[in-house]
Order: sequence, then structure tokens, then C-alpha cells
Amino acid sequence: MSIERELERPLWYLLPGAALLAAVTLFPLGHVIWLSLHKHSLLAGPARFIGLNNYLRLAADDRFWNALWNTVYFAAVSVALELALGLAIALLLRRAWRGRSLFYALILLPWAVPTAVSARMWEWMYDAEIGVLNYLAGAHVNWLGSPAWALNAAIAMDVWKSTPFMVLLLLAGLQGIPPDIYRAAALDGATGWTLLRRITLPLLAPVMLVALVFRTIDAFRVFDAIYVLTGGGPADSTETLSIYAFKVMFQGLEFGYGAALAVSVFACVALAALFYARLMRGTVR
Amino acid sequence: MSAALRAAGLALVIGYCLAPFLWQVITSLKPAADLMTLPPLVPARFTLEHYAAIFAGHSFVRVIANSALVAACTTLLALAVGAPAAFALAMLRVRGRSAILAGMLAVSMFPPIATVSPLYLALSTLGLHDTLAALIITYTTFSLPLAVWLLSNFFAALPRELYAAARVDGCTALGAFARVLLPLAAPGLLAAGLLTFIFAWNEFLFALTFTATGSARTIPVGIALFPGLHEVPYGEIAAAAVTVTLPVLALAALFRRRIVAGLTAGAVKG
Repeated sequence: MSIERELERPLWYLLPGAALLAAVTLFPLGHVIWLSLHKHSLLAGPARFIGLNNYLRLAADDRFWNALWNTVYFAAVSVALELALGLAIALLLRRAWRGRSLFYALILLPWAVPTAVSARMWEWMYDAEIGVLNYLAGAHVNWLGSPAWALNAAIAMDVWKSTPFMVLLLLAGLQGIPPDIYRAAALDGATGWTLLRRITLPLLAPVMLVALVFRTIDAFRVFDAIYVLTGGGPADSTETLSIYAFKVMFQGLEFGYGAALAVSVFACVALAALFYARLMRGTVR
Repeated sequence: MSAALRAAGLALVIGYCLAPFLWQVITSLKPAADLMTLPPLVPARFTLEHYAAIFAGHSFVRVIANSALVAACTTLLALAVGAPAAFALAMLRVRGRSAILAGMLAVSMFPPIATVSPLYLALSTLGLHDTLAALIITYTTFSLPLAVWLLSNFFAALPRELYAAARVDGCTALGAFARVLLPLAAPGLLAAGLLTFIFAWNEFLFALTFTATGSARTIPVGIALFPGLHEVPYGEIAAAAVTVTLPVLALAALFRRRIVAGLTAGAVKG
């Protein structure tokens, strides 16, 4: 067989990966949609087809709307804060200086700590009685025990954990901006703010969008950070869609309704991805 | 920006990133008697009693061994399956190449919660519930898109003539891939391997769902469900948290350049 012909036979190289992806991601996705059309409880015997009834139940379920709102709030606030903070830090770091590589390694720390571990770390710092945050602030806030604070406390933890990722992406983007543009603008008399607004931010926009896509989709799927920190409480005030779905499936053993909830998480993530895809087409043009 | 202001900003950033972990380190070294009182922030006396306590029972050691095994097997498998696929996508004539890459990207955005219940049912049917194999199969698959994406970037940057040249010189098809092209993609393998390892070391939802006992439990679940009979043993949790974070920190410090390159590769090229 000639080498030319060989180049046309990629099948064997692709097959194992394709088989794994089909069996472990695509098949379960189809199965979960099928499950969502059934009444399927591990406690109540075989599954029964009930059409869209699980979705009707969803629409009338206050706890679902609460979880959806919590998820959207968590994603919007944490990602906005991460972008603002990430941008500030990236701008601070952009100039070359000695010790920069050590600095890079240090800001990777929050990203490297396993999420479940950082949730326990923050739980300890948030403790109302003996937590270091209340001690340093001279306050007596029940961070994780009060519905008004708990979700914001979870957001603060996520911002700590995820900002490094944002910083790294934005720094890579900043390094891609040719220095000549700044020199030319400086010759024209542009200074600080103008440079930032007219040059840096517009040229950084594509990278910012990519960073936002990654972070938003991650935030919409949030599970372990909140599950370990508060378990969804107090009074469901931190219960996100993923946590609600998990509880329905693995504590209530209602796989049918849980599947409908899981599909709703999938729909949210897909909508967010489509929204960003449209935005991106806009900036590329 | 003045130099002093900049230095202050940098110090603030470092403090923000490190303080929560440093507090955990201090907590892990505090004698039990000092844990429930503040001040002082830093105790007069340090102790290793919490570390001794977590390593005394063998369950914590077992959990660490489970995680190490799962993460190592996942990394090897993901590279073994991902590298050929990435090579084919970058160098061979694949119909619908961009559709395949886009599909991979879409799969990497799947919320784990959407697939966890069917996988749970399937793994239980196969008798794989509460086994390390269940985690390894799942993690390998979910880390494939990133691995293939990263590696195909590396293969695409190599000259296409290399493959033909190796074949002409008498390599078999597989040999040309394995002995000529694969070594040249070593930096990519390292980056993809590191990110896969860290993902598997840190994953929580599947680990929580697919395991039931200490025999297959991994670190994140072990830490989340850390046993406390009467009160939460914060000193021991802190010691465990510091212990399991150190390997990841070591990797991050040693291979910072590779990890940063891996994390930013897809994003910046768009």
C-alpha cells in the first residue's frame, strides 16, 4: 500500500477515542433524555413512559425555579467578579520583571487546590464562632448559616479559586498585542486611560470572550464547591440546579424527574454556549 | 503607575492567593487546645499530632493510594487513546475534521450532572459500582477532548513530510507515528498529561456517586465526608487538606510553564 493511501486511513487511530466518547458521553446523554420522559424511581419498580409530565412538573416546581435563579446568580456574579479582578491582576503583571515566574507559580495555588478541599478550607474560615474571617473583620456574621450570606460566601470562594485561570488567559492575550501599537498611540499623545479603553480592551476582547465562555459554562455546572461548603442550605438558599438534580436522583432515587432536572442543566449550558458563539462571531467580524 | 503602588498591588495579590492556604497550614499545625480560640493567630507551639492522627488509621492512606492509582491510570489511558486520535486529526486525511473537533469541544462542555445517572445505572449493571475502574473509564473519557485538542495542536505544528520520510526509511505506519512523531510531541504530551492528572486528582461528582466504601473512595470525597463523630475535627481536616494539595502544588511549581501553556493554548488561538 502506498503512503498516500495510508494517509487516507485514519480510522484505526480515531476508533478507540470515538468508542469511549460514544459509550461514556453520548449514550448517557441520550439515556438521560429517555429517562426524563419516564417515571422511574429506584424504589417503585420498572420505568413507565409519561411523556413530558416531568417537564410540566418542573415548570410548576418552586424549588426548581429557586435553583435556577441561584445558578444564574452564582454564574453571573462570580464570573463578572473574576473577569474584573482577573483583568486588574493581568494588567498589573503584564510588564516583564524579575521574579515573575515565581509569582506565576504562586498565583496558580488556588487553582491547584482540589475544589472539595478548598470548600473545607473556606468552611473553616467562615465559621461563625471561631472563623478567622469574623476575627479579622471584628464581625459576627453567620456567613454560611444565613440565607442572605451563604450564596455570596460560595461566590467569594469561587472567585478566589477561579481568578488565577482568568489571569493566565488574559495575560496570554495581552502578550499577543503588538507593542508597536502602543508606541504609535503614545506618539499621538494617548495616555493611560485612553490606551486602556481604546487599545487594550478592544484588542483583548476575543480572549476575554473565550475566558468568559469557559468560566460561565463551569459556573453553570457548579456542584462540588457548593455541595461541600453548604450542601445547598440553609433553607435551599445555595441550592443550584446540579445540586437539586443530584439530591432528587441520589437521595430521593427519582431518576425520571432527576433526569428532567439534569436535562435542564444541559439546556442552560447549551444556551450559554450558543449565546457566546453568536457574540464571538460578532467580534471576529 | 508608580513603583510603590505596583509593589503594593503585587503584595496584595500574593496575599489574597496564599492566605487561605497558609491559614490551613497553620491550622494543621495548631495543638488541639488552641484550635477553638482566636487570638492568637499563630500559636506559641506547633505540633504534628494532626498529621500523625490521619496517617495512623490506614483509611486515609488507602484514599490517597486510590487517588494516585486512578489519576495515574487515567493519565496514561487518556494519552494512549488521545495521542493517536490527535495525530490522525492533525496529519491524516480525516473527512469532517473540523466537525469532529467542534464535537469534542461540545462534549467537553457537557455538565457532568447530565450524564451521571445513566452512567451510574450502566456501571451498576456491569458490576463496576464502587470500583476504581469505573472512575478510570469515566475520567479518561471526559479528559479526552482536552487531550486531543491540545495534542492535535502540537502535531499540526510538525512538518507533514516527517511521516512520509519515516515510512520511506522503512518504518511501519505505527512505527512512524510512535517512534518519529510521538517523541516530537513530548511537550504536548506533558501538558495534556499534567492537566489530565490534576483533573482526575480533583474530580468530585463522579467519585461521590460511583463509590460507596473506602475501597474505591478518592481524596476529594474522603475530605468532603471526613469523619467526625461528635465535633468537626478541623485540625485533622486541615492536615489532610494540606497533604493532598502538596502533590498538585509540586506539579504546578515544577511544570508551571507547561500547565500555563496547556490552559491557554486553546483559548488564545481561538
